[in-house]
Amino acid sequence: MKKEFKVIADLLPKNVRVLDVGCGDGSLMNLLIDEKNIEARGLELREENVKKCIYKGLSVIEGNAETELHQFPDQSFDFVVLSQTLQAFYNPEKVLKDLLRIGKSVIISIPNFGYWKVRTKLLFFGKMPVTKTLPNTWYNTPNLHMCTIKDLFDFCLEKNIKINKVIGVNEDNTSEIKKSNLEMKNLFSKLGIFLLG
Amino acid sequence: MSERMENIKKLNISKPLLLDCKQTIKDFPLAYETYGKLNKSKDNAILVFHALTGDQFVSGINPITNKEGWWITAVGPGMAVDTNKYFVICANVIGGCMGSWGPKEINKKTNEPYGLNFPVITIRDMVKAQETLLDHLGIEKLLCAMGGSMGGMQLLQFCATFPNKTFSAVPIACSTSHSAQNIALNELARQAIMSDPVWDNGKYLKKNVQPKNGLAVARMVGHISYLSEKGMQEKFGRKLQEKADYEFSFDADFQVESYLRHQGFKFVERFDANSVLYITRAMDYFDLSKQFKGGLVEAFKNQKTKFLVISFSSDWLYTTKENKDTVIALNASGVDVSFAEIKTDKGHDSFLVNEPEFLKTLKGFIDSMYLKFKK
Repeated sequence: MKKEFKVIADLLPKNVRVLDVGCGDGSLMNLLIDEKNIEARGLELREENVKKCIYKGLSVIEGNAETELHQFPDQSFDFVVLSQTLQAFYNPEKVLKDLLRIGKSVIISIPNFGYWKVRTKLLFFGKMPVTKTLPNTWYNTPNLHMCTIKDLFDFCLEKNIKINKVIGVNEDNTSEIKKSNLEMKNLFSKLGIFLLG
Repeated sequence: MSERMENIKKLNISKPLLLDCKQTIKDFPLAYETYGKLNKSKDNAILVFHALTGDQFVSGINPITNKEGWWITAVGPGMAVDTNKYFVICANVIGGCMGSWGPKEINKKTNEPYGLNFPVITIRDMVKAQETLLDHLGIEKLLCAMGGSMGGMQLLQFCATFPNKTFSAVPIACSTSHSAQNIALNELARQAIMSDPVWDNGKYLKKNVQPKNGLAVARMVGHISYLSEKGMQEKFGRKLQEKADYEFSFDADFQVESYLRHQGFKFVERFDANSVLYITRAMDYFDLSKQFKGGLVEAFKNQKTKFLVISFSSDWLYTTKENKDTVIALNASGVDVSFAEIKTDKGHDSFLVNEPEFLKTLKGFIDSMYLKFKK
């Protein structure tokens, strides 16, 4: 979702240091470098994506965020970005803690399992939802810990993680999510983007 | 051979160089070769550091051995390191035997080859000598410096000793210090040479001979360590060497034996036994963290150079883990570092053979760095 990257870019000030965890082919890093003069580094698991980044002249480390975040020193980045990957970790809580250790702030986006189309698929068809943001079936999905915007919101409150801003993203609009509109936004947002720490 | 040796490019280094062993040397030769052309803006220079048994003849035909350059798979016109575009420089390390100051050179004081009177040199000594060459060629800042194995160790030392002398750096299959296993293998190579009676405490050159048997065994040890278990099994398995069955003798029945013998005896034609002793010693002494009070973090501090560390999945001599430790150290110093592991069965040798994924990655990095450096 290109829109997602635009929202993330808008959340970031110029000239900061950003670590993009699970940076894919480097599209977001390129956007951040071009538009915000950001010093971007990436961590990526898939070999072919790592090479794509290297060919583009982007700094990327081949590695697994689940086991290799320890290599980054405390507070060594202004921001750490994790785009739609939190739900794929065995231990998302540990990963999140590491992200908050490495970055002064953390931006996390999640596909929202509370989105109405997801809910209705399960409710009316009795089957695990397959949508544009959740394109896999139950047996081949990389997503181990699906959650809703409300789940992550509550999780942060419970763990005393400071929520700076939450944005709900759809194809045609984005909107800020607050405690007051959480129920509605949790139903109508495809994607949630959290600015934490 | 010696006549051809006269014709190779040599820089006489007149500036005194204080070696790590506290001896000061001056007026010594550094043999080197260049490929391609240095452009007007002098921003297309790439320095290659060679490995243990390498030399300055990276590409083309080595004029001394008449064989292909040791990195012909990566460097040359239209190759990953394209000499139509880049100016590639490589120098023979001091301690080596391809024209640079080494144990087989004549000691002017005694008029005899140095042999064991040659000082024990270090990776840092090698690198300091080579830095002089950049001044001589009029290069202020390199586009890239690269090297595999001992070449990678020289590169890491180069970056630590001369920060920001290169815009980018590619350390390949190497580490910031030699592991116990690597020291052990080097010791095996040295012992093989020193237990050859011809070696005669390093004085063999006076009699114009080489401890060929010992040197060949040393090379065989090396060759085993450059391959992976799987690669070796696939290449040789239990195949017999041009025979139908065992011969119930100690001849080379198996192909792998024959291969090792061939590699060993090919090597003695072109390499000096004492050089193997000195260079392996330099590798063993290499420990970058020991040189800096704050360890590796200090070694790479204030480094603007952009690094790409490359490892090979089946390399058991310089493992992916060791290469990743370098990445971690660079990261801890806030250095701009990329890392890629190439999945291959070709072992430590992967950087010297045609390994397309490696070569593509190398090319992609250099070309993108060139665009950035030109800006």
